Amino acid sequence: MTQHVLLIEDEPNIAEAIRFLLTRDGLRVSHAAEGAAALQMVWQDPPDLMILDHMLPGMSGLEILTAVRADPKSRDLPVLMLTARGRDREMAQEAGADCFMTKPFSNAEILAEVRSMLGQPRRGG
Amino acid sequence: MPFNLLVLSCLLYVAFLFAVAFLVERRAARGRLGWLRSPLVYTLSLSIYCTAWTFYGAVGYAARSGLEFLTIYFGPTLVFIGWWWLLRKLVRIGRQYHVTSIADLISSRYGKSNLLGVIVTLIAVIAATPYIALQLQSVVLSFGVFASAAPDGSRPLDPGQTAVWVAVGLAFFTILFGTRNLDAREQHHGIVTAIAVEAVVKLVALLAVGSFVVWGIAGGVAEVIAKIDAADLSAWQVEPGRWTGLIFLSAAAVITLPRMFQVMVVENEDEGHLARASWAFPLYLLAMSLFIVPIAVVGLERMPAGSNPDMFVLTLPLAEGQGALAMLVFLGGFSSATSMVIVESIALATMISNHVMIPLWLRLRPGAAAADDLRSVVLMARRLAIAIVLALGYGYYHVSGGSAALAAIGLVAFLGVAQVLPAMLGGIFWRGATRTGALLGLLTGLVVWAYTSFLPSFGPGAALSEAVFTQGLFGLSWLRPQALFGTQTMDPITHALFWSMALNVLAFCLGSLFTFPGPVERLQGAAFVNVFEGSVGPQRWARGQVDPEALLGMAQRILGEETALSFFQDAARSQGKEGFLPDPTPTFLDQLETRLSGSVGAATAHAMISQLVGRATVTVEDLMAVASESAQLLEYSTQLEAREAELTRTAGALREANEKLTQLSLQKDAFLSQISHELRTPMTSIRAFSEILTDGDLPPEAVMRYGRIIHDEAKRLTRLLDNLLDLSVLENGSVQLNLGLASLQGMIDTALTAARQTRPDRDFLVVRDLPSEAIYLKTDADRLTQVFINLISNARKYCDAARPELRIVVRQRAGRVTVDFIDNGKGIPKDSQSLIFEKFARLTDANRAGGAGLGLAICREIMTSLGGAVAYLPGQKGAAFRVTVPLRLERQAA
Repeated sequence: MTQHVLLIEDEPNIAEAIRFLLTRDGLRVSHAAEGAAALQMVWQDPPDLMILDHMLPGMSGLEILTAVRADPKSRDLPVLMLTARGRDREMAQEAGADCFMTKPFSNAEILAEVRSMLGQPRRGG
Repeated sequence: MPFNLLVLSCLLYVAFLFAVAFLVERRAARGRLGWLRSPLVYTLSLSIYCTAWTFYGAVGYAARSGLEFLTIYFGPTLVFIGWWWLLRKLVRIGRQYHVTSIADLISSRYGKSNLLGVIVTLIAVIAATPYIALQLQSVVLSFGVFASAAPDGSRPLDPGQTAVWVAVGLAFFTILFGTRNLDAREQHHGIVTAIAVEAVVKLVALLAVGSFVVWGIAGGVAEVIAKIDAADLSAWQVEPGRWTGLIFLSAAAVITLPRMFQVMVVENEDEGHLARASWAFPLYLLAMSLFIVPIAVVGLERMPAGSNPDMFVLTLPLAEGQGALAMLVFLGGFSSATSMVIVESIALATMISNHVMIPLWLRLRPGAAAADDLRSVVLMARRLAIAIVLALGYGYYHVSGGSAALAAIGLVAFLGVAQVLPAMLGGIFWRGATRTGALLGLLTGLVVWAYTSFLPSFGPGAALSEAVFTQGLFGLSWLRPQALFGTQTMDPITHALFWSMALNVLAFCLGSLFTFPGPVERLQGAAFVNVFEGSVGPQRWARGQVDPEALLGMAQRILGEETALSFFQDAARSQGKEGFLPDPTPTFLDQLETRLSGSVGAATAHAMISQLVGRATVTVEDLMAVASESAQLLEYSTQLEAREAELTRTAGALREANEKLTQLSLQKDAFLSQISHELRTPMTSIRAFSEILTDGDLPPEAVMRYGRIIHDEAKRLTRLLDNLLDLSVLENGSVQLNLGLASLQGMIDTALTAARQTRPDRDFLVVRDLPSEAIYLKTDADRLTQVFINLISNARKYCDAARPELRIVVRQRAGRVTVDFIDNGKGIPKDSQSLIFEKFARLTDANRAGGAGLGLAICREIMTSLGGAVAYLPGQKGAAFRVTVPLRLERQAA
């Protein structure tokens, strides 16, 4: 069964790049640009992994994460957080992110991280 | 008798008085007064109570109103016999505290308030002026009697001219002997002796004419008594109210009349003299009144109907051909008038110069107090004041025409000065009397007296209109001057007396009860009220009777007024006492000592308290001096406190600056963090897609698309770096402006074209008014256009209307041009309007347009450097920005 990744990212170009990478890797990717839509998607179509941008318009990434962790259905959902700012790591871990990456990242880095979080064996590269 | 002889004897008499005064002054200067310092002279000088009003007027009074004239003698008699202790207290206070006048007494008692001194002076001058006029009138009348009796009727006498000469002569005499030098106690031995001589002359004259009338005309005592019995005026028509009022009035006047105060208190040489005067003066008054009724009765019988009874003493001997006796009487009357005028004008001049002229002079010439010539200034002021007083008296005489009956004016004047009585008696017997109380009482008394007595004395239609008399002030019938509050049954003088004194006393008491005396006032009050205990004060402490008032006075000097008062009030409250003075219990003394030791040190505080309690023989004044020194220490410590406060302020300013720096540092961190985000975001896209492209194996359209994205994001990065550079240059103020004339319309055209790159997909309707844009501006056209581009781009980015529209409105006024950019979108929420000009203050998803949130911050900096401004215009339908720019920007120096 195809594993499902939910990508929450407001920058359209970054979203497109990540979607291309993960789709090429055989994953199903759904995308939301802001918090309310993202949470709805989490509960309606539970993903196997959530990639969450930190700086979002409206609800911030941390707020979305807190909401996800507060709900029993999504409490254990693995979350990979992306940020463009240096000092967000601690806050992200406190809020319950499983993994944290700073932009810009290499494609290989994010693919390896996603696979490891989905319990897939690391491929070469 | 030839008129010239009369004038000559007048002049001789005056010359004689000059000589007496001169000789006495010389002896006084050598310190050899001898018998001149006797109680006899003192008693005789008191006789200035009997002015021309009593000398001539008493007979007239008796002829008109029977025995009522006696009330004018009863009052002083009662005071001198019954209220001897009051006079003694006044004299003691006057001697002990160098009181120079009644105004000085009141002003010293109530905390040396010059305002009170001025008011008392005012009352005295107002009341004395008609009284002085009365004396002038009596002299003129008596001259007139002689002139008309002269057989040849030689010179028609001009009364006005006579009055002028009399006034000038009196002013001359008074100035000569009243202001020869300055005495700390304002004593004038020469004048007092001259007045004593005049007192003898008027008594001898009156007794002589009385004897002549009884034995020379009527034919003996028995006949006179028979005539009196037959006459109406002997009937004792005693109206209790009026008599009580008049006796009270004359009793009050003998204490409060400025001239009486002068001779009784100021000129007093020896307190013992008062004891003699207390029986001798009533005796003098008795002698003066002895023949009044016989003269009146015989005069009414002998003289033709319609002749002025005020002049009977003079006209009777003249009619009987007794020229020499008439001359003596004339000199007696002349003495009465002149002695009164001289002493009154000296007393008034002292008040006017001390309370009005000198304070004014010192205020106008600050620093003059230290000058040596103050003495001569005071003397000049004194002389000027005497001239003013006499001029006022003459003026009043001239204006009033000298018509009113003599007695009426005298009573009005008595009532006027009696207004000082409550403040005076309250001041020396009641320690609770306060300055405010005295002020209220005096003013109330002055107003009521003026309204009910003084102004009506001019007659209806003169000072007060007829309507006021009949219908009251403002038509209020209860405000009729002679029937206040509907009291119609009293005669005018009793009425005025009752209301003025009642309201005066009421205001005085209420004012005193509801205000606190200041420290000086309380000290003076205690000193005046306890004047007889002053010398034994220290011993009293030894008996353990601590005066809480003295404690309070001392505590106030050390702790400050408010603090000490509240400390005492608290203590009194804890003792369950009313008011602000606690009982000096040992507990309270301990508390006070602890409190004082905080300011002056424990040893001093203990010493002060124990001295006040009476273990050492120090006077209260000594303690006050110590307390004053402490006050200086306190002042020094206040200065230290001020410096400490300044240090605290400096520390506060430093803390503030530090906070500001911290704030700035935080802002810098936030800014860097924001920059990092803005740089990393396009970098992420570029890196991801360039790696994807490197991976290869892509359809050509994807390669095209991803290449495009990389290009766009690279451009975004460049733009961001440009903006940052721009902003830093602008913020540093190191921007080079390229000034020149440019068409506003051209700039807007350029901006609209350039902004079309932003979201070229949207079709914007731009509304302009081209004629209004036909303005040439002297500015940096590129920079201004940059601002326009930014604002138009923002509209294109953020206006969310279905049919977006942008209005550009140009106005020109007062050398400035405003350009408004108004779109038809939702606008900017109110709470965000103040944020939008901050760096990175993007409000919504900016990625659609690729802005970095620096645009408006840059606009603001540009407009500042162009001498203009950009601001959000609230209250429009959509988002609206106003750019204000000067029509002609001049290059600034540096």
